[in-house]
Amino acid sequence: MKVKVISRNPDEYLRDTKKDLYKVPRNFDPDLHPFEAAREYVRALNAVKLERVFAKPFVTSLDGHRDAVSCIAKNPTELSILVSASYDGEVRVWDLAQRKCLRDFAAHEGVIRGITYIPDGSRFITLGDDKTIKTWKTQMPQFGEDEEPINTILSKTVIGGISHNNRGVTFATCGEICQLWEQTRNEPIRTYQWGVDSLHDIRFNPVEYNILAACASDRSIILYDTRDSGPIRKVVMKMRTNRLSWNPMEAFVFTSANEDYNNLVFLITNYIPCYTKVIEDIVTTLHNAFVFSLYTFDTRHLKHPTNVHMDHVSAVTDVDYSPTGKEFVSGSYDRTIRIFECDKGHSRDVYHTKRMQRLTSVKWTLDNKYILSGSDEMNIRVWKARASEKLGPLKPRERLALNYSEALKEKYAHHPQIRRIKRHRHVPRHIYNAQSELRTIKEKTKRKESNRRAHSRKGDVPYVPERKKHVLSEME
Amino acid sequence: MGKKRYFVSDDKKEKEGTAKKGKNKVIKTKKKDLIYKVEVRPNVWGRRREDSKVKKVKRIPNPNPKYPGKAPISKELLEKYSRGDGINKSGIKTGIHKKKQAQKERNIDFTTEQAARVEILLTEDSGYLEADDGETTTQFTQKQIADSVDIAAATKSFDLKLMDFGPYCAKYTRNGRHLLLGGKKGHVAAFDWLTKNLHCELNVMESVHDVCWLHIETMFAVAQKEWVYIYDNQGIELHCLKRLNRVTKMEFLPYHFLLATASDQGYLSWLDISIGEIVTQYNTKLGRLTMLTQNPYNAVLCLGHAKGVVSMWSPNTRDPLAKILCHKSSMTALHVDPKGLYMATAATDRSLKIWDVRKLTGPLQSYTLRSAPTHVALSQKSLLALGMGNVVEIYRDSCITPTRTPYLRHRFNIPINSFNFCPYEDVLGVGTEWGFTSLLVPGAGEPNFDALEANPYQTKSQRQEAEVKSLLEKIQPDLITLDPTSIAEIDIPTLKDKVEAKRKLLFVKPPKINYEPRRKGKGKGGSAKIFKNKKIVQELAKKEFVKNVKDITLETKSKKVVKNKKPKNVLDRFLPKK
Repeated sequence: MKVKVISRNPDEYLRDTKKDLYKVPRNFDPDLHPFEAAREYVRALNAVKLERVFAKPFVTSLDGHRDAVSCIAKNPTELSILVSASYDGEVRVWDLAQRKCLRDFAAHEGVIRGITYIPDGSRFITLGDDKTIKTWKTQMPQFGEDEEPINTILSKTVIGGISHNNRGVTFATCGEICQLWEQTRNEPIRTYQWGVDSLHDIRFNPVEYNILAACASDRSIILYDTRDSGPIRKVVMKMRTNRLSWNPMEAFVFTSANEDYNNLVFLITNYIPCYTKVIEDIVTTLHNAFVFSLYTFDTRHLKHPTNVHMDHVSAVTDVDYSPTGKEFVSGSYDRTIRIFECDKGHSRDVYHTKRMQRLTSVKWTLDNKYILSGSDEMNIRVWKARASEKLGPLKPRERLALNYSEALKEKYAHHPQIRRIKRHRHVPRHIYNAQSELRTIKEKTKRKESNRRAHSRKGDVPYVPERKKHVLSEME
Repeated sequence: MGKKRYFVSDDKKEKEGTAKKGKNKVIKTKKKDLIYKVEVRPNVWGRRREDSKVKKVKRIPNPNPKYPGKAPISKELLEKYSRGDGINKSGIKTGIHKKKQAQKERNIDFTTEQAARVEILLTEDSGYLEADDGETTTQFTQKQIADSVDIAAATKSFDLKLMDFGPYCAKYTRNGRHLLLGGKKGHVAAFDWLTKNLHCELNVMESVHDVCWLHIETMFAVAQKEWVYIYDNQGIELHCLKRLNRVTKMEFLPYHFLLATASDQGYLSWLDISIGEIVTQYNTKLGRLTMLTQNPYNAVLCLGHAKGVVSMWSPNTRDPLAKILCHKSSMTALHVDPKGLYMATAATDRSLKIWDVRKLTGPLQSYTLRSAPTHVALSQKSLLALGMGNVVEIYRDSCITPTRTPYLRHRFNIPINSFNFCPYEDVLGVGTEWGFTSLLVPGAGEPNFDALEANPYQTKSQRQEAEVKSLLEKIQPDLITLDPTSIAEIDIPTLKDKVEAKRKLLFVKPPKINYEPRRKGKGKGGSAKIFKNKKIVQELAKKEFVKNVKDITLETKSKKVVKNKKPKNVLDRFLPKK
């Protein structure tokens, strides 16, 4: 007779001393782990709930400005340094880590329209409504020294925006005309003009550093090549573009933040006496353009945007890409910040606080972790880019657990319960109401269009995809 | 865009020479220094074409054939850890999603392989009993087995003589470490049966019908004469559940935290012990319920009835999920094995059948025994124990292949009342009229436990930790279905469902139109006119609805119309009318 029964030696299963780790023998036999799918589902549900519980994106607010913040610039070499300018001509330099203002000085008389660092971070350039372009040192002035610009250029024209070349000594300003400057010269090295309309924003492409894009007040976006003598291309949209931002990873992609119809209403009242045709045009535009969207363009194919990002309920005032080029943040006149994934039509998150007013500028920090927002009520706010992310170092087990729950959330993302919890966001009442109003309007136009289609000859009222609705023409 | 030069050589002639050839080359100059010539193309915007043309790195052949790399894994082993075949990729239309899905499948294959490889790390081997020539395993008595195993294992065979309060029913905890005894005449005892350490012992002064551990060894439920009581491991009464009255059998569903009970009057109830609320309670309308077991694979309750029927129940429907006619005479016992593969049923006509619980078609095995078994139990390694009067017989491999002789047999002096295999041990615990006996059954239990699932060597802090974890992962009772993986599958309506949905449309009431007439100016349209308009709108909507319904009916009926058409004859008119 040969016999053996299970007989375990407790020493092999119990820890030797109290300071040891517990011994955890594993057996991955699926029979010992029943309800695999159901348990995973419950874990995914818990993970997605916890994500919402820990979603506390607001980090801090930097206050000190005495007027609304007009623009913000990130230091390209130092993560913690931030410079901001306000409508009263004051510039402030902030230390984000310590959350305090390092420096403040009156740089211009009147509004500061643009601010930018030069690529090595040693200087920054501001420009204001007083038609001056001033260059400042990043370093603090010595004790007893005055805040003096190293260089002041007096422009002949009104200037409204600035952008520095990522790899050279040139920078571009916009205003009545687009001008290209060199740091050492007091005259523009080149000027570009297309039509008579003024430009209100300009951006250098961070990768293809010779390419420039500017937003004009005739609702167009103009592309320039600094090696060329004239502008290359122009897209005319139905709505005015407020700001644009280049994708730092895909050099041929940029996203524009667009104006709403309030502006057009203003136009109508101006135009009424003379141009009935114009009004008709505008009214038809109005029917289509009740959305406050961002448009992602591919410069190789400007005929219509590759993607339309909707969710804002009022004009989008600023947009900035994350350094990974996968997401971008937008600030709006509706007092919210929204974060979009590049290839999605709707935002993945919305940030708002009771006290935050109209957004004037938003920036995504270069460590891909924070979002900075400047708004009308004189504050600069710091937000987490991922609302429920834990700040600070993660222990290996913590990271493993987070990765696991991330994978589960993705696996069960389409379950109705999980999707509902993941998508739910509380928004202020005015946004909620505006959203429902916009929805009604949208339904109305859709219904009207379908009625029109039903009662007219086949093909007379074609189906136009959303992407093609917003671009009027492309010019070369 | 201008051409960029990355590498510039001093020698102009060299440059021209290579430009003609147009290929990257290493050129040796007279000075014997290397100059790399790289053909530079203008940068293209967007994805670089070259990226897709990068050749795959060739595998370097194994320099030492003595060590051929990773050991191959047998197909059976891979099958054991496999979660089924992958999905059919032909339905995926876009290339990117095809690639994504392919990557997912590769990941799953990789995990399966890893899990199979890890099996080599399992430390314990399962037990066995082998007879020499001329011997049979049946002839070995418990004493002989206990004498020939090691001392530690021999202590697992013991006998408790409790003459006064029997007959006893016994239950093990999920990790197999603790034992709960309930004597019919009121004696309840809980103890760690390995160390023989008594937790508590009490007399409830009432009849005890069944006992059941809850999720941890500090709490257990006892079905007493009228109601179910919950005690802790010191014997303190925690709860008296008056809504569960005259309970005959209890089962605990550990992953759902449900205490399922079957009552004298035919009521089935599920009590969520984490929140203390009854999830569902209803009458099965099948009379007194005496046989109850759970299917650990899908948490469905199986009831055995006197008509030879086994019915399966979930808390979500009031009708049984399935009903199987297992025997032609009244059933005496049933049990589902811990893996949820086999179900053993026994009836008074001395028959015993093994079923595949997932299929619910014909029995896998059908046996006729010498006497009718009153108790059956299946172990983790699919050993089958039968209780017949005062004899316990254990069969090996009886589920897949027909067996004739028992593996082990043990005869008591007194009738047995209940038995259970102890999880993760080679032990069968038998409750008898006069106490409790623990029998050694080599090869019954799973030798390697998973400490995160059930750990016999759990300490107090580990237990607390596990309790919190398992509470967080409590599965909702809604998810109890026959197929527990359905939550991870795509819900595609079958053709039958679609047809059903269409048919249902016929019986839908026309929707109510809530028409709010617009307020025109003063004096335009009185209330009568408004009412008239309202009526018109409602009528229109109703007409349209009826028309839609008609269309559907025509669609469904049109086929039948075609069938009836026959070539008409002129003389048909003289045929008698139907």
